Amino acid sequence: MGGILTAAETEALLLSLRVALAAVVVDLPFAFAAALLLARSRFPGKWLVDGIIHLPLVLPPVALGYLLLISFGTRAPLGSFLLENFGMRFVFSWTGAALASAILTFPFQVRAIRLSLESQEAGLSDAAGTLGASALDRLFTLHLPLAAPGILAGVITAFAACLGEFGAIITFVSNIPGETRTIPLAIYTAIQSPGGETEAARLAAMSILLALAGLVLADIAGRRARLAIGR
Amino acid sequence: MKDITLKHRRAGFALDAEFALAGARVTALFGPSGAGKSTIIAAIAGLIRPEFGRITIAGECVFDSQSGIFVQPRARRIGVMFQDLRLFPHLSVEDNLFYGWRRAQSRPARGAADEVVELLGLSQLLKRKPQALSGGERSRVALGRALLMGPRALLLDEPLASLDAARKAEILPYFEKIVRETRIPMLYVSHALDEIARLADHMVLLDHGRVVAEGPVFELTARLDLFSGSQLIPGTVLPATVLRHDEVHGLTEIGVGAELLVVPRVMQNPGNDIRIRIDAEDVMLSLTRLEAVSANNVLPATIADIRKNGPHADVQLQVAGARLVARITRRSLQRLDLSPGLPVFAVIKSVTVGGREG
Repeated sequence: MGGILTAAETEALLLSLRVALAAVVVDLPFAFAAALLLARSRFPGKWLVDGIIHLPLVLPPVALGYLLLISFGTRAPLGSFLLENFGMRFVFSWTGAALASAILTFPFQVRAIRLSLESQEAGLSDAAGTLGASALDRLFTLHLPLAAPGILAGVITAFAACLGEFGAIITFVSNIPGETRTIPLAIYTAIQSPGGETEAARLAAMSILLALAGLVLADIAGRRARLAIGR
Repeated sequence: MKDITLKHRRAGFALDAEFALAGARVTALFGPSGAGKSTIIAAIAGLIRPEFGRITIAGECVFDSQSGIFVQPRARRIGVMFQDLRLFPHLSVEDNLFYGWRRAQSRPARGAADEVVELLGLSQLLKRKPQALSGGERSRVALGRALLMGPRALLLDEPLASLDAARKAEILPYFEKIVRETRIPMLYVSHALDEIARLADHMVLLDHGRVVAEGPVFELTARLDLFSGSQLIPGTVLPATVLRHDEVHGLTEIGVGAELLVVPRVMQNPGNDIRIRIDAEDVMLSLTRLEAVSANNVLPATIADIRKNGPHADVQLQVAGARLVARITRRSLQRLDLSPGLPVFAVIKSVTVGGREG
């Protein structure tokens, strides 16, 4: 990549991809569980759970970054507990960027998966039941495969949203080259420095290409997944 | 005690039904839409929990509201063929067929399972996805899937309702084969009398959530009080025996009681028991024996009962120890001055021969 991108650009690109990937992978099982809960069960206080899951959609990212900073900071109770017992540190680390991105894009995954679960005919599950399948069995042989297009759509949307995350990252884990300076932060840094316009433009172009590639990929993958489950 | 006793209330609908499955291999649950047929199926399969009642399948109680027994659907071993089939769209025909088989405790041997697949004509379609099948093929997959789980009973919820007449004619022989070759008790839900006539032994008539009548198909179909007045055309189902084939004319002589009927050549061997169905609209009445008439089948009969029904009159006849219904016009009734006890001749225009043995 040396020919086209500078070392700093490559660094920002790879970091962005790493942060986004970690965020969506960590999110997925929780997002599926939350989607299943919201799509399939009724319980008192469901509206509250629904609201909390969707809170990141309306919460200012900077505010979330601040909340994370005061809870995961090395002197905060939660942060010091994790550091002392597990050696985990989120502040000023790329894992913190991933954590912030994961929380912010969690609702994207939940929504897409929930929709695909809700569109599944309840009758199929009944049919599988009469054929001897337990609830867990049905989850893995029926609901999960049939939700594949939704899972894929959710993962790709969340991934794309992660790539654009700025406010929470800069507030929570700062702007450290090679550690937390993802593409949006690199663009911001370039604009702030004198004569950085060209650099900012190159990075912006890269973001756009990345987003376009994501869209195309999402479309192809969505088609394949729908074909596989016969929709 | 009856095998099935159910009381269940839903918005605007109350089910209060009680009937037996005992002895019969195929019990038809018959009635207009909204009569409660699907609710009964759902209750037997365990997909709903009725308020009150008791359900016994193959001698085992799967539901009893009094003692709080409710066996989960997956532990009931009751095969269900749903009206909307409910094939798994993401699985191949093979994986659909064997979904229940793979999970069953007591299932048919692999070889026997393959035979069922063969019998249903699905061997060539195993790798396809359900959406790549025709409507008739899909029905066969749904039937096969329910059979392969090795069920103690099979519930068929209007399995042919979504098919047109041609598809229905294509599928019915498969059902007949299955009925002939398996010993699984079946509950067959339908509002089509022709399907019931071909498949069922026993019949439960349902209306507004209540059992109106139950009994052998041969008896029930000839009862005027049940069918007259409904939009259904009564059609009598009778047991018959194949006597001999007339290869020259492509006909078969069959015996109904002491009488002889001639029908188009059937695929059954002489001596075989079959069942025939005679639509009330295919029976004419004559006061004298008609000699110069194109119909082959003219039987002496005695009028047993008459029921007026709009422009029609349904006439129940005693023929050769069996009962037959003729639907004539009110005008003919008056013109011929028909009344119970009068000897007449039944001119039968058309006889439908069912594939299965009586």
